[in-house]
Amino acid sequence: MSSEVTTTPATLHGCLLGESRGQSVLFVPRQSYIATMKKLVDDGYEMCVDLTAVDFLTHNARNLPEGVAPERFEVVVNLLSLSKRERLRVRVQISESDPRIDSLFDLYPGTEAMEREVFDMFGISFTGHPDLTRILMPEDWQGHPLRKDYAQGRIPVQFKGAAS
Amino acid sequence: MTPRESDAVISAAAGTNEGNQELRSRSELTAKEVMREVGAVLRMSEADAALLAEVEADPGEDQTMIINMGPQHPSTHGVLRLMLELKGETVLRCKPIIGYLHTGMEKTGESLTFMQGGTNVTRMDYLSPLNSELVFSMATEKLLGIDGDIPERAVWIRMLLSELNRMSSHLLFMATNGMDIGAVSMMLYGWREREIVLRFFQKVTGLRMNHNFIRPGGVAADLPAGWRDDVMSILDMLPDRLGEYDVLMTNQPIWRERLQGVGVITQAEAIALGATGPILRSTGLAWDLRRDMPYMHYDQLEFDVIVGSYGDAFDRYAIRLNEIRESMRIVRQILDRVPSGDYRIQDKKVTPPPRARIDESMEALIHHFKIFTEGFKVPEGEVYVAIESPRGEVGCYIASDGSPTPYRMHVRAPSFVNVQALPHMMRGGLVADAVAVISSVDPVLGEVDR
Repeated sequence: MSSEVTTTPATLHGCLLGESRGQSVLFVPRQSYIATMKKLVDDGYEMCVDLTAVDFLTHNARNLPEGVAPERFEVVVNLLSLSKRERLRVRVQISESDPRIDSLFDLYPGTEAMEREVFDMFGISFTGHPDLTRILMPEDWQGHPLRKDYAQGRIPVQFKGAAS
Repeated sequence: MTPRESDAVISAAAGTNEGNQELRSRSELTAKEVMREVGAVLRMSEADAALLAEVEADPGEDQTMIINMGPQHPSTHGVLRLMLELKGETVLRCKPIIGYLHTGMEKTGESLTFMQGGTNVTRMDYLSPLNSELVFSMATEKLLGIDGDIPERAVWIRMLLSELNRMSSHLLFMATNGMDIGAVSMMLYGWREREIVLRFFQKVTGLRMNHNFIRPGGVAADLPAGWRDDVMSILDMLPDRLGEYDVLMTNQPIWRERLQGVGVITQAEAIALGATGPILRSTGLAWDLRRDMPYMHYDQLEFDVIVGSYGDAFDRYAIRLNEIRESMRIVRQILDRVPSGDYRIQDKKVTPPPRARIDESMEALIHHFKIFTEGFKVPEGEVYVAIESPRGEVGCYIASDGSPTPYRMHVRAPSFVNVQALPHMMRGGLVADAVAVISSVDPVLGEVDR
């Protein structure tokens, strides 16, 4: 992402506006996440098409624009403006010690299942989510499979209800 | 963790349910929670939401019943489980419970090289595998920076296959939708027509489904001799058959009674819920990525975006039927334009040497071996690419750390998001209509659960 390093850092709503392969990326601090998203809704980004996360445990030294401190987790939100026919990606850094972020449910109800999936797979909890339960894994599953330190193929298969 | 954890322990002891994931009875919920759930919930004013919650004015526990539909129900299209709260025959609340087909494909994707990734994503939306492969390949190409260098022939072949796949997917919808509503003979016709398209895929890719044919850099092989005739025979056969569907279903009073006004969703709801594809278009919004954010060469083609006006199950049926016709129109235009030339990029980094070269050159053999064992390195970066699949926007988000495998590969599955619209569409409807509503959303559970 060397292309993200520009000479004059562009900003949008006080957040760093970067670019990755020609796509706009907005780096939003966790504190101003909801406030910024509200402004983006007013800007005409009517639809939140995707919300996911990345665990950068083994790749922490990634390229980020100056002023954005890398954290272990990153929540990635893809917004779409139907009227302007534009996309914008929002990336939020989430620390390992406090994996928590506000829920977008009140702004984009469609993120309900996506946030549950991120909670299920990464163990990031969403404050204000109406029903933060596991969605893909069984309710009593231990661990969060898409974390990089989740031992892949080295854990005993967990069966529901079986004596362990 | 949650205050409900104790409930989970109790229900786990009972042994038959999923605890917290389930639809809970009203007595366990606060009024606000019920409101959120029944609205599940939309950008509407508090007053509107309150009105919604009052429609059935908390009928009381003894008048309602929570039942399971699925995961083994034939009309849930796989293993979708719905918990319905019923009052008599009316559905008051509904909660889709998913995950029964979860196989950790996004995790698997992290250990497969970009070369192998196609075999993984193609199994997500198994009814339109070529579209999944296409979006994965396009994302990889964008990361590699070769998205502008794909040979023309490869691009047109991709478009041809993508449109044919849209037809086969919608034909299957015609079949399953017919069966769900009770037009059982329709199931045979839909499968029959789809099979003809799949036979063409088999000729081209070697497989009926899960092709892994569209790969980063182009397509796996050139089209076989006589492909034009095969496509033409599909195009000649279909219009009459689609006409028969019209006679059998579209104009038939029973069919219309079963679908019209069933599972209505408004435009604002669809946008708020992130629903795309035929669901969004059924509300009257002409949004199709092929036209509105064109990729490949769709901007050079002439086609219409089909929209509905009522947002009901009938509109969604009619949209899909007519999208088959539009896809046929597109395929006809593609037939005239497929140029000759390479079918994959001549970039030594991405493309293995041709089979014949391996016999005569040691270097070619090594090169071939390296590409297939180690894969090619993709520069660090992250990218999101989206295209229009038969079910809506299918997107692929890849974060690369510079190695031959994606650091994180996420597929934005349209069905996963669209399934959230079910509680809205079902609210206040009859149980019998629930089947029609699920069918009209056309979820593919392989993609929902990934």
